[in-house]
Amino acid sequence: MYNDGRLSWFLKGVLALGYLFLYVPILSLIVYSFNASKLVTVWGGFSTRWYSSLFQNDQIISAVLLSAKIALASACAAVVLGTVAGFVLARFKRFRGSTLFAGMMTAPMVMPEVITGLSMLLLFISMQQFFGVPSERGFFTIWVGHTTLCMAYVSVVVRSRLLEIDQSLEDAAMDLGARPMKIFFKITLPLVSQAIASGFLLSITLSLDDLVTTAFLSGPGSTTLPQVIFSKVRLGLNPEINALATITVLVVGTIVIVANYLMMNAQRKRDKAIAAAMRANDADSQNSAGKPAVSLA
Amino acid sequence: MMEAAVKSAQAAKTTERPYLQIAGLVKKFGDNLAVDHVDLNIQQHEIFALLGSSGCGKSTLLRMLAGMERPTSGKVILDGQDVTMLAPYDRPMNMMFQSYALFPHMSVEENIAFGLVQDKLPKGEINARVMEMLDLVQLRKYAKRKPYQLSGGQQQRVALARSLAKRPKMLLLDEPLGALDKKLRQQTQLELVNTLEKVGVTCIMVTHDQEEAMTMATRIGIMSEGQLLQVGTPSEIYEYPNCRFTAEFIGETNLFPGQVVVDEPDRVEIESSQLGNRILIDHGITGPKGMEVWTSIRPEDVRLDRRPPAAGHNAAQGKVEDIAYLGSFSIYHVKLASGKVVKSTVPSSRWYEANEEPPTWGDPVFVSWRSDLPVVLTR
Ligand SMILES: Nc1ncnc2c1ncn2[C@@H]1O[C@H](COP(=O)(O)OP(=O)(O)O)[C@@H](O)[C@H]1O
Ligand SMILES: [Mg+2]
Repeated sequence: MYNDGRLSWFLKGVLALGYLFLYVPILSLIVYSFNASKLVTVWGGFSTRWYSSLFQNDQIISAVLLSAKIALASACAAVVLGTVAGFVLARFKRFRGSTLFAGMMTAPMVMPEVITGLSMLLLFISMQQFFGVPSERGFFTIWVGHTTLCMAYVSVVVRSRLLEIDQSLEDAAMDLGARPMKIFFKITLPLVSQAIASGFLLSITLSLDDLVTTAFLSGPGSTTLPQVIFSKVRLGLNPEINALATITVLVVGTIVIVANYLMMNAQRKRDKAIAAAMRANDADSQNSAGKPAVSLA
Repeated sequence: MMEAAVKSAQAAKTTERPYLQIAGLVKKFGDNLAVDHVDLNIQQHEIFALLGSSGCGKSTLLRMLAGMERPTSGKVILDGQDVTMLAPYDRPMNMMFQSYALFPHMSVEENIAFGLVQDKLPKGEINARVMEMLDLVQLRKYAKRKPYQLSGGQQQRVALARSLAKRPKMLLLDEPLGALDKKLRQQTQLELVNTLEKVGVTCIMVTHDQEEAMTMATRIGIMSEGQLLQVGTPSEIYEYPNCRFTAEFIGETNLFPGQVVVDEPDRVEIESSQLGNRILIDHGITGPKGMEVWTSIRPEDVRLDRRPPAAGHNAAQGKVEDIAYLGSFSIYHVKLASGKVVKSTVPSSRWYEANEEPPTWGDPVFVSWRSDLPVVLTR
């Protein structure tokens, strides 16, 4: 349909522009991370000095560790809570106000983060006044905040996958004698495992990336990686940060590529198996055409 | 076939207690009456088909038997045990789903074993039963495959094996062949009946395909708008429909509305304005004179002639409006003076034997039938 030469060149041009916008900043960041000069905008020759100074910077190292710990912990909690929430929202009979509940579950996704963060901060402060816990802001409070946010995303992913699944699978399991708990663990959970895995990865990236909620919930001595980067950049561009960002791009890129490769491989295997089965069936049905599978006893 | 049907009907009468008893079963979804006071008795080893068009409540009835839907009111008694309120996992019945509902993450073997594992049978016994089932449906060499690696027909057989593995007292089949294409369906019908008869399990199947019901079932129940209208053997239902819906739903028929004008023990006359003549029936019906009735006459019972028939009743003149030539027979559509179109199935040999030219479009012809053939319907 779009074979008109001029139109196709126009479209290609726009596409190229889009990619340029996306990747030129990242590329320049990677290139300048190997800049020997301390001035970010002046090229002073190739060097890896910023990488070695990065690994000697205790502040950055501890921020990376804290961010990783929080990301893992919130992703785990979000997967458990979000899966249960998604299941309930997808499978339980509709009741009065069930739409409201479904909407409320996803509120953290659309609510301005400033408000989520602020309200949580107020909650934690008043809890501290009345119960004495949490005694200080830090790992625990950030973890709670991130879990809330990530859980909403997981529940959406899991719920939409559940709505896709033929519900007669669960009916069949029940008909064959499985009780609801058994059905959940033996049938439902395996079928949504991919959605849960992607919810987990999504949670990790969300948590690693979060700055606003974290800013409200962190205390002295608990600075996450985005906070460190942000505060450093505010004092002027810094080649160390370029190096850190390059490493981040490398790590994230590797994860995405590996995950994609695994999924594509699985799909290819599946397609091959289906094709093979179809060929075998054709041969099979030609052999036994017209012959009933069970002869009359 | 006819003899077998009569025999099974007699067996049904002589056995005392029905194996499955459905009494006054009702299911409402809000204001929608999906199943409307259904009463039905099923004998052991029967293959019973619930036949009705889409949306008439067949699946809902079946799901109530399986325990997947809770009846609004009514009772289900299986082999003397009231199972109305029993959870699906406690019922000695199994169901084969329309979509097969094979667990995609389990192999054929694991699918078949699933119900047995839930019953916590010993491992050896489970293996033996799975093998027995695989042999029954001739899928032993596919035991390790996943469902998506099988063709539609093979998936259907796995679903059957899985629902038979627990040796249920009763097997429920929801549109068992509905997901197969037409050619495969006809071949599979007989195969499925053979398997079911070999196992000897009592079955209720649901279908919207009358040919499938007639081929597979010993008895058929006709459902419409949640009600069970008629129950009988395939030939009873075809030859003695008890209402217009059944007469039109099973096979083709010509229906003439009319009033009873003569009602004597050995003859009934019905005035029909659509026929423009009286319909004579050589046996009495019970009903007052003047009653509104419908007369059903099957196309294969309608005789087509170029010359007027001898008797004055049960006949009318018309013009050939359409001819569907189907090889060994043709279906003639004859338009009467009233505008009513009467269908007549004529064997191709008919004209050859009478040494006549077959009538063609626009030819004037006469339709007629014997007075013992029409069926009078009062609803
Ligand atoms: N879970 C349900 N909730 C509401 N209405 C339903 C439900 N299941 C079925 N129905 C309604 O009940 C009627 C009968 O449906 P069903 O038993 O599936 O018909 P069939 O299997 O004969 O095609 C339909 O009008 C359908 O819309
Ligand atoms: Mg149905």
